[in-house]
Amino acid sequence: MRIIVPIKQVPEIAEVKIDPETKTLIRAGVPSIVNPFDEFAVEEAIRIKEKFGGEVIVITMGPPQALDAIRKCLAMGADRALHLCDRPFAGADTWATAYTLAQAIKTLEPYDLIIAGKQAIDGDTAQVGPEIAEVLGIPQITYAIKVDISEDQKRIKVRRETDDGFEIVECKLPALITAIKGLNEPRLPSLMAIMKARQKEVKTITAEELGGDSKQYGLPGSPTQVVEIFTPEARTGGIKIDGTEDPAGAAKQLIEWLLKKGIL
Amino acid sequence: MLKIDKDRCTGCKICTKVCPFGAMVIVDEKAEATEACTLCGACVKTCPENAISIERRRVDPSKFKEYKGVWVIAEQIGGQLRNVSLELLSKGRELADQLGEPLCVILLGHEVTGLTDTLAAHGADVIYVSDQKRLAQYTTDAYTDVISALILTEKPNVVLIGATANGRDLGPRIAARLRLGLTADCTGLSIDDKRQLVQTRPAFGGNIMASILSPYTRPQMATVRPNVFKPPEPNPSHKADVRTVDIKVNPAAVRTKILETIKTGAEGELKVEEAEMVVSCGRGIKAPENIPTVAELAKELNAALGGSRPIVDAGWMEHHQQVGQSGRTISPRLYIACGISGAIQHLVGVAGSAEIIIAINSDPEAPIFTISDFGIVGDLFRVVPELVKEIKRVKAQK
Repeated sequence: MRIIVPIKQVPEIAEVKIDPETKTLIRAGVPSIVNPFDEFAVEEAIRIKEKFGGEVIVITMGPPQALDAIRKCLAMGADRALHLCDRPFAGADTWATAYTLAQAIKTLEPYDLIIAGKQAIDGDTAQVGPEIAEVLGIPQITYAIKVDISEDQKRIKVRRETDDGFEIVECKLPALITAIKGLNEPRLPSLMAIMKARQKEVKTITAEELGGDSKQYGLPGSPTQVVEIFTPEARTGGIKIDGTEDPAGAAKQLIEWLLKKGIL
Repeated sequence: MLKIDKDRCTGCKICTKVCPFGAMVIVDEKAEATEACTLCGACVKTCPENAISIERRRVDPSKFKEYKGVWVIAEQIGGQLRNVSLELLSKGRELADQLGEPLCVILLGHEVTGLTDTLAAHGADVIYVSDQKRLAQYTTDAYTDVISALILTEKPNVVLIGATANGRDLGPRIAARLRLGLTADCTGLSIDDKRQLVQTRPAFGGNIMASILSPYTRPQMATVRPNVFKPPEPNPSHKADVRTVDIKVNPAAVRTKILETIKTGAEGELKVEEAEMVVSCGRGIKAPENIPTVAELAKELNAALGGSRPIVDAGWMEHHQQVGQSGRTISPRLYIACGISGAIQHLVGVAGSAEIIIAINSDPEAPIFTISDFGIVGDLFRVVPELVKEIKRVKAQK
């Protein structure tokens, strides 16, 4: 099976802090990581490959340093990677990102399965996966928590998380699924695997090499436009009372406070 | 592309200070953008010399006049409307009135015509109904086909979808098919002086907010987070023009097959992502058999019961109950954290999304207190039962 995994390098959100004076994000020194949901996707792809054979191809669009994220996935066990890296790709919204990635995925036909992470933790949109599926004209099953490939490798059966529980959904391959937490436990690559990953093929692709409709790439290809970015008022700790001696009294104070706020 | 006019740039460094991404640097006393630039435009507005510009594509807005109406895609399951659909009707009403355009609801399903009265009472002027067996359960293909075709023929100005699991499955599929802009998970919507929909959403775990326009495409599409807007007061005398949609689902075009639907949680169990109040517990609960202590509080408040990541990872609670960055997105009015010390991933997942945060923790230095509006330092096993008692007492008085 040929399995393609689109990934994104993201800042470790937990370490992003706000400059109290300028109210902007402090990104200096914030480590970049593989989007955690994408790690579930890579892990699942490798497990399917280990069972059925074939190859796992990682694909990303991003600046030169995104190579670190690619290497991590190769160390986990992906076989090779495409890196879409060029200034014209910059400023892409979800549509332009999905369109661009889909052009690159088309060069990898015939593929059997695309596994994406549910969403990236910096943008949180969950749009790029379904948009890729639509551009490629293949079915999608989002929020996969369990995946079964049929013995003949022609069909996929997915346990999908919904707002009310789960659905078991089946479709023919090729298809695109998105991975959520709980699908698997991503492996930690061994030192040997990290060394070996350096030898694996990473193909860098520019906008010109990619071809396609270049008007759809990057900022000019993006139908949405960010017009303002602002910082919501940061929360500061409010009232704090000691309830160690008199829990009943503390409970009373809290309920009174909630009543006054109109919450209860 | 970000363009910097080097002749105009005075190297004043203001852009380096306003850039939310730290992407502006001064090289040889002139501003330059690094790879971190996302073209958000913060620097363009603040440059005192007007030296920075962004090249964007242009489009003739005169053709946008054909697009009229604010649409809400109703979501129902088994003939029950989801709350978010009604919430969207109140915001939709406001936007439609501002634009002077009708508020329309798109209702897909099977044997759902009974819902039209409710939708009309909640403000819908026009209801497009597609009632067919093949729409009984949500499938990406069938719903995308019908709604995309309807958008192409009816040309709405705005399309709003609830940011539920299925809403976020459907929205991007329609947007990509019609090559439309789509803003995910909005928490704010308004109309600007050019009659454009301003879509505001959190990003970077709620650390920043972004306002987004779709200046080049119509309809303007957004998915909207549940619990952000209040449902309108129903007015039973408000009537809607109910129109039957004549678009048949082609069975061959539906490529996925739902083999089984499994409901989790007890009947009527509140979901953390939908609930107005969420009571959540962390490692302070010590053992799974202690969860009922906190569950009792949730029950008394009619709140959903959630848990922090360690609790879910330990298997003491279900995945769908996890609150925080890698869990479900919540937006309650009240969040009560019991025995959650507040790992940073929990704080970023909660701080930007809950209106009021209450923390109960035995450690006075627990990070959760840095974001709580009201904190009680104390043993949750002693404080929580007292809270339950006190709520019961207040209820009895009412």
